[in-house]
Amino acid sequence: MSNKVFVYVDQFKGTALPTSWEVVGVGRTLADQLGGTVSALVIGQNVENLAQQAIRYGADEAMLADNAVFADYRAEPYATAVSKAAADAAILLFPTTTSGREIAGLSAMDLNSGVLTDVTALELQDGKIIATKPVYGGKLLSKVTCDATPQIITLRTRAFPMPEVDPSRTGVVNRFDSSVTEASVTTQVSGYTQVEGGVSLTDANIIVSGGRGVSNNSKLSPPAGMDDKQAEIWRAQEGFRLVGELASVLGAAVGASRAAVDAGYIPYSHQVGQTGKVVSPSLYIACGISGAIQHQAGMRTSKTIVAINKDGEAPIFKLARFGVVGDLYDI
Amino acid sequence: MKIVVCVKQVPDTAAKLTVENGKAFWGDAPLIINPWDEYAVEAALMQDGADVIAISMGSESALDALKHALAMGCNEAFLVSDPALIRADSQATAKTLAAAIQKIGSVDLVVFGRQAVDSDGGITAAQTARALGWPVLSLASSVSAGGGTVKVTRSMEEGQQMVEGQLPAVVSVVKDIGEPRYPSFMGIRKASRAQIPTWTLADLGISAPTSVVHWPELISPPSREVICEIITGDSPEQIAATLADKILAEKVI
Ligand SMILES: Cc1cc2nc3c(=O)[nH]c(=O)nc-3n(C[C@H](O)[C@H](O)[C@H](O)COP(=O)(O)OP(=O)(O)OC[C@H]3O[C@@H](n4cnc5c(N)ncnc54)[C@H](O)[C@@H]3O)c2cc1C
Ligand SMILES: Nc1ncnc2c1ncn2[C@@H]1O[C@H](COP(=O)(O)O)[C@@H](O)[C@H]1O
Repeated sequence: MSNKVFVYVDQFKGTALPTSWEVVGVGRTLADQLGGTVSALVIGQNVENLAQQAIRYGADEAMLADNAVFADYRAEPYATAVSKAAADAAILLFPTTTSGREIAGLSAMDLNSGVLTDVTALELQDGKIIATKPVYGGKLLSKVTCDATPQIITLRTRAFPMPEVDPSRTGVVNRFDSSVTEASVTTQVSGYTQVEGGVSLTDANIIVSGGRGVSNNSKLSPPAGMDDKQAEIWRAQEGFRLVGELASVLGAAVGASRAAVDAGYIPYSHQVGQTGKVVSPSLYIACGISGAIQHQAGMRTSKTIVAINKDGEAPIFKLARFGVVGDLYDI
Repeated sequence: MKIVVCVKQVPDTAAKLTVENGKAFWGDAPLIINPWDEYAVEAALMQDGADVIAISMGSESALDALKHALAMGCNEAFLVSDPALIRADSQATAKTLAAAIQKIGSVDLVVFGRQAVDSDGGITAAQTARALGWPVLSLASSVSAGGGTVKVTRSMEEGQQMVEGQLPAVVSVVKDIGEPRYPSFMGIRKASRAQIPTWTLADLGISAPTSVVHWPELISPPSREVICEIITGDSPEQIAATLADKILAEKVI
C-alpha cells in the first residue's frame, strides 16, 4: 500500500492562501506516522516559488503544473491535474477553501473515492483516518471515515497549527504533464473584482464584528433630509466605519451579523454564521450582536470571545469570556 | 430551456438537536427544504423561458421539499427513493442525481444550493457535474443562462470571478442571487394536488452506487467551559482599559 501523502496548495494569482501551509503541516505529521512522504501539489502559472515554499513548510517534494491553461482558476482543468498527479496517494489533503472543496469533490469522482469535508481534528489508526467534522451548522460533531483510497480530506482553516518555516529545507520540484489543453476546457474566466483590501475573515487572528446594535448610536445626528430608514443606515455605516478603524488598529478583519447585512449596513462578504463564513480567530469581539444560534454556528470555535451589548441577557454572553454590558458607543 | 433544481429535505436549522446512540434527533421539529436550495429554485425560476423541474433524492418525507419547490413555481418534480440509497454518501448521491438528470433528458442547466445544512458538505454540485461530464460553476451570486452559454459571477475568498461556460452545465448558488420568492396561494394549491412520480434505482437503470464515506457516530460538542466575566468600571474609559488589560492577560493575541 502506498504511504504517500499529497497536499494541495491553494493559490490566487501566485500567492498561496496561508491555510495551505496548515495543510502541509498536517500532511507532514501524517506522513511521519505512516513512514511516508509529503508531496505538495502546486498548480497555476508562474508559481514555482510556491513549490519551494511548500518544501520549506515541510513537504518532501513538490509536483508542479505550471502552464498558461492554469492562469485562472477553473475547476475542471485543476481537478484533472490533481487527479493525475495524486492517483497513487494514500491520503490527499486540501484546505477547506472555495477551490479546495471543489477540486476535492471532483477528484473523488475521478479517483473513485470519497471526501471528508471541513475536518477539524483527525487521527490515524492502521493507516485509516478517523476524522471529526462539525455538522448541522456546528451544533453536532460527526466522526467520519473513508473506505477507499486516496482518503480525500479538506481541513478547516485555522483548526490546525501553522508549521514553522525551515529555510534550509530542500526538496525536488517535479514538473508534471497534466495533459490538460485549452481546447478541452469549456469555461472561460472573463474578469475579476478583488475584495476591498484588509484582512480576510477566514484567515484573521482577530475579528471585530458588528450587529444590528451598531446602528443604534443616538449621539450621531445624520445629515438633513434623510428619512428614518436612510438615517438608520447612515448611522450604521458610520458605526461600521468605527468598527473598521478599531479593526485596522488591531490588524483585525471586520465581521457582521446577518441582521446587519440584510439591513444593508455592510456587504454580505462580511457575514459570519451559518449562512455566512465560518471563522475561528483567537479573539472575536462582538459589538451589538445578540448571538443567535445561526450566528454562533460561524464563530463558536473562536478562542476568546468578547461581547459588548447593552442587554445583559443576550445569548452572546453565554459564549463570551469577557463581557461589557453597556452602550457600544460609550465604551 | 430545461432547468433541473436539486433540493434536499433537512431538519429545521432552528431545531434543538440531541444525540442518542450516535444518531441525531430533533424531536418533533419539522423537516424543511434545505434553506440554500430555496435560493437554487429562485435562481432557476429567474431564467427567461425556463421549464424548471425539481428533483430530490431521499425518503417519502422529501416530497414536502418538492412540494415547496412546486409551490414556488417549478413545473414538475420527481423523487428518487430507494432503500439501497439509505446513508448514501455525496459521491453516491451525485451519481444518482446524474442518472435522474439523464433520464429527464435534454437538460440545459442544473442548479444546486451551496450546501446541505445537515452534512455541511458543499460538494454534491461539483460531483454531479463530474458524473455528467459537464462543467461546474459553483457559488454563483448571479446566473444568466441562454443562447447555449451560462454566465455567472462567483464568490471566492479573493473576490468575485466572472466565468462563462457552455451549456449543458451545473451551477451552485449563494444568497446574493436574491431572496427566494414566497409560494403563491395558487402555487400552494397546485402543489398540494400534484402527483409527484417516484423513481427507484431500477427506474434510473443503474445499480446501487457504493458509498465509501461513513459517519458511524455523532457526538455533542463539548460545551464551552466559559464563565463570562462582566467588566465594570466607573467610566467608559476605565472599562475599556480594564477590558484591554484582561484580553492581554489571556495571551490570545
Ligand atoms: C436559516 C437562517 C440562517 C441564518 N444565518 C445567519 C448567519 O449566517 N449569520 C448571522 O449572524 N445570522 C444568521 N441568521 C439570523 C439570526 O437568527 C439572527 O437574526 C441574527 O444573527 C441577529 O443579528 P444581530 O445579533 O446583529 O441582531 P439582533 O438580534 O437584533 O441583536 C442586536 C443586539 O445589539 C444590542 N444593541 C443594540 N444597540 C446597542 C448599543 N448601542 N450598544 C450595545 N449593544 C446594543 C441589542 O441589545 C441586541 O442584543 C440566520 C437565520 C436563519 C433563519
Ligand atoms: N439527496 C439530495 N437530493 C437532491 N439534492 C441534493 C441532495 N443532497 C444534496 N443535494 C444538493 O446538493 C447541494 C449540496 O449538498 P451537500 O454537498 O450535501 O452539502 C444541496 O444544496 C442540494 O442542492
